[in-house]
Amino acid sequence: MAVLLIAEHDNKSLKDSTSKAMTAAIALGGPVDILVAGHSVRSVADSAAKIAGASKVLLADDPQYAHQLAENMAALILELSGKYDAILTPASPSGKNYMPRVAAALDVAQISEIVSVDAADTFTRPVYAGNAMQQVQVPSGTKRVITVRPTAFKAAELNGTAAIETIGAAKGPGTSEFVREELSKSERPELAGARVVVSGGRGMQSGENFHLLEKVADRLKAAVGASRAAVDAGFVPNDYQVGQTGKIVAPELYIAVGISGAIQHLAGMKDSKVIVAINKDEEAPIFQVADYGLVADLFKAVPELDEELKKQGY
Amino acid sequence: MKVLVAIKRVVDYNVKIRVKADQTGVDLANVKMSMNPFDEIGVEEAIRLKEKGVVTEIVAVSVGPKETQETIRTALAMGADRGILVNTGSQDVEPLTVAKILSAIAKAEGPQLVILGKQAIDDDCNQTGQMLAQLLGWPQGTFASKVVVEGDKAEVTREVDGGLQTVRLTLPAIVTTDLRLNEPRYASLPNIMKAKKKSIDEKTPADFGVDAAPRLKVLKVSEPAKRKGGTKVKSVQELVEKLKNEAGVI
Repeated sequence: MAVLLIAEHDNKSLKDSTSKAMTAAIALGGPVDILVAGHSVRSVADSAAKIAGASKVLLADDPQYAHQLAENMAALILELSGKYDAILTPASPSGKNYMPRVAAALDVAQISEIVSVDAADTFTRPVYAGNAMQQVQVPSGTKRVITVRPTAFKAAELNGTAAIETIGAAKGPGTSEFVREELSKSERPELAGARVVVSGGRGMQSGENFHLLEKVADRLKAAVGASRAAVDAGFVPNDYQVGQTGKIVAPELYIAVGISGAIQHLAGMKDSKVIVAINKDEEAPIFQVADYGLVADLFKAVPELDEELKKQGY
Repeated sequence: MKVLVAIKRVVDYNVKIRVKADQTGVDLANVKMSMNPFDEIGVEEAIRLKEKGVVTEIVAVSVGPKETQETIRTALAMGADRGILVNTGSQDVEPLTVAKILSAIAKAEGPQLVILGKQAIDDDCNQTGQMLAQLLGWPQGTFASKVVVEGDKAEVTREVDGGLQTVRLTLPAIVTTDLRLNEPRYASLPNIMKAKKKSIDEKTPADFGVDAAPRLKVLKVSEPAKRKGGTKVKSVQELVEKLKNEAGVI
């Protein structure tokens, strides 16, 4: 089964989600080609060529792919699609944006956010915010169009030596154009790939109080996240949101501070290896999933935690 | 200009769902159903565009069982002008089917904008808007947190990794909503009464030449692996000690 994996990147570096999705692609059992579409992305293609299991890397380097506009990305993938039996990409905001266009044009159902490949035609994916798992089978002889939840797969090794083949751009429809981008500048790791995440909820009471979490996060080299309640209350921007409608994370350590643990939030973090909950309400549902729970006033406990970590040399 | 808003009837946001014992699906008997929250945001955005004088007519469209009438009534009570129900009976419909039906309706109605929720909170697919855009050959602004219509263009600010991206689309176009786009209004009692007089056209997928049979075969629906709660610690010092020595994660 010939497989095409579309790389996620920001034109500068390849995202880990690509090597994780590679593990799903390999499980389909075929030669896997990786498509890198972007602008000035030679170095991204070089990184993609190192992902073990890649047969070759297709490099489409053109200004029209600089911002991964869905219309142009779909046109390019469709042009390549004829040779492939399966097309995959990480279920990131970018992949989620263009991939359904590809599926619709190929007249197939897309399988969104798979968390396991059970057979080459059978996949499991969460529904109802992860409160149920659905196993679906693709009819034989149809192309598989799939987005992969990266946190559910181990990253493929980076010891490959695939060849890079430059391909031309496809003709885009020209109905959309990039205007601007406002990205939050942060020295901290990105939420989706961070090893440690410190998240705050409504209990934080204000946006300013998030600096308490930031101090702890910086000691642990962690990303800072938030519950939807904290985002809705305007404490932090939407891209902090962990949960069903925000980001899905699965770090080694997730510290939930002042978060009650609504199912929508749990859906975004319950696959974390170790969960810590700090909340003054001992009945809060977050304690039912936490490995370590501390019933305490966060405004006392978080500075104490910062102090204790400092004392121990973090 | 005319706007279509697509809405879906789903299990209410606050319901804790149960997987059926025979693993054939989720138990929907006697469960509270509501409009998909992202679609409510879509209806609200259409109404705001109408209040600004950009939009002249709002058509609320839904694909689903007969009971979906109620969901369309909710949209009409919020401020949509008329409704179209495409009755699929008890058949489960996939995003591709819905996109095909919406595409046929869009061709017949000629809207300049179709607004949809970015995903439904039941199947969590996040596909229909993008599929519809492709089928119509229109541009898309997904995960929108701001929509500005000017002349024959729409400027859509989108929620992306690490921040916001703004794109300019040539109308007609598709917009899918994200949480921060707006806060939907509640329908007032007089508007609920008025909505009863608004018309809802009833159609079937066959009216649009669409085969509604699902493509994917659902083999089973199961409970996710349960996470067990662990221990309570008494102090921050104990917490740090456990994270370091027992869990080994810091």
